[in-house]
Amino acid sequence: MKYDMSDYPLKLEGDNVPMVRFQNVTKKYGQLTVLDGLNLDVAEGEMVTIIGPSGSGKTTVLRMLMTLETIDSGVIYVDGEPLTHMEKNGRLVRASAAHLRKIRSKIGMCFQHFNLFPHMTALGNCMEGPIQVLGLSKEKAEKRALELLDMVGMAEKRDQHPSRLSGGQQQRVAIARALAMRPKVMLFDEVTSALDPEVISEVTSVIRSLVDQHNLTMLMVTHQIGFAREISDRICFFFAGQIEEQGAPKILLDSPQNDRTQQFLSAVLDAN
Amino acid sequence: MLDWKLDFTWEILPRLIAAAGNTLVAAGGGYLVAVVLGLVFALAQRTPSRTLTFIVRELVEFVRSTPLLLQIFFIYYVGPQFGLRLSPWAAGLIAIGLHYAAYLSEVYRGGIENVPKGQWEAARAINLSTVQTYRRIIIPQALPPALAGMGNYLVGILKDTPMLSVIGVAELMHTANSIGADNFRYLEPYTIVGLIFLAISLPTAWLIRRFDKALRRKMGLTR
Ligand SMILES: Nc1ncnc2c1ncn2[C@@H]1O[C@H](COP(=O)(O)OP(=O)(O)O)[C@@H](O)[C@H]1O
Ligand SMILES: [Mg+2]
Repeated sequence: MKYDMSDYPLKLEGDNVPMVRFQNVTKKYGQLTVLDGLNLDVAEGEMVTIIGPSGSGKTTVLRMLMTLETIDSGVIYVDGEPLTHMEKNGRLVRASAAHLRKIRSKIGMCFQHFNLFPHMTALGNCMEGPIQVLGLSKEKAEKRALELLDMVGMAEKRDQHPSRLSGGQQQRVAIARALAMRPKVMLFDEVTSALDPEVISEVTSVIRSLVDQHNLTMLMVTHQIGFAREISDRICFFFAGQIEEQGAPKILLDSPQNDRTQQFLSAVLDAN
Repeated sequence: MLDWKLDFTWEILPRLIAAAGNTLVAAGGGYLVAVVLGLVFALAQRTPSRTLTFIVRELVEFVRSTPLLLQIFFIYYVGPQFGLRLSPWAAGLIAIGLHYAAYLSEVYRGGIENVPKGQWEAARAINLSTVQTYRRIIIPQALPPALAGMGNYLVGILKDTPMLSVIGVAELMHTANSIGADNFRYLEPYTIVGLIFLAISLPTAWLIRRFDKALRRKMGLTR
């Protein structure tokens, strides 16, 4: 099916506007089509987990939403507004840097390798965005950063640089740093994959508390099937750049319909 | 036996020490130009504009592959034909600053490229602007590893200041030459000049190493 730009609405309106919508999104690296006409809606407050084999495009989905990657076709909407595009004379055109920056402010992301700023303390990492981008005073930014560091159990380490923190501690600071920007959508890309097994729970318990406390919309990529089952509203199984199967955790994990899903799940469960 | 004349030494020492001041000004001034201009060159090569990148890269290549002495002569003697009439000092500082800016821009570029990609991505994830990302995240991390290279070029620029004598900047070498020519004695002035250079560059190199260590510690880049 050939899509025309006029197939995409300028804005999502009505009762059930999703917090995030991927509409027919395609991403290529040279010849390689990584995502092929992806359609995915995430409702406000929903926790959606993406699972799937390595190379199936899971990270790419999050990176496109964080605007770390451009897309080749389709439109991504955030909170009803187009992210990758903007309206100009009644049509959708490629988003300008300023438009990207405006919509991006609703999204936060945590990375597999934390990516904390090594030349700043834990507190400094959490104050940087609020001061530079949101224009908060130093006092206000510090107050907010301390509350968040406290929430992730890192208030005591506020004055430490990342090189003095363990992986689990760094990832908790990274979560606090992202939350300090008050995003509506949080993205977690394999945030426990680089951690030693005994500290994984430090991080998963923080994410669990986010599900309980905040009305955050979350998209998470993980290989921890047990954790995904426990906290997700929905799980999407990715295969070769497409959603092969999706559903509530119980249904998808316990009675998958698709052969590939079954194979993947049994391989992962065997490995654990 | 060396024929070293002590009274002559005392006689010329004040002049040479005064000239050392000029050498320091030339090195410091030239370095200041180079540090700033070098950063401009490095950043210009990272803008999306291909034309700008191309022009700056070619300029840097050109400066790096021609002798400093030629550049000094060119700016001072050929400049006026393009309406650029400069004093020896101004021409000298521009020439030496431009020359070292080309080298420093490569040092900066290396430092910037060494900052992991994840740092750019984290900066974007908290929505910093490009300028904020450079100023707050990238340059502070690119600087410490670049510091050793920057220090080497500071000592290098100091050692190259004698070239400014050819257009009449009264730095150490120029002064030693004229003392020698006036008195038909070269042993004392040249020896003293060598010692003065040593006395400047050794502590400078030492200070740079200290500064480098302190900076890394302050930024938490070492455990
Ligand atoms: N920058 C890139 N350049 C080229 N290919 C890439 C790039 N990033 C990812 N890919 C490819 O895209 C595919 C999907 O990658 P990714 O989204 O990281 O998969 P996953 O997270 O599911 O393991 C892989 O085949 C990967 O090799
Ligand atoms: Mg991945």
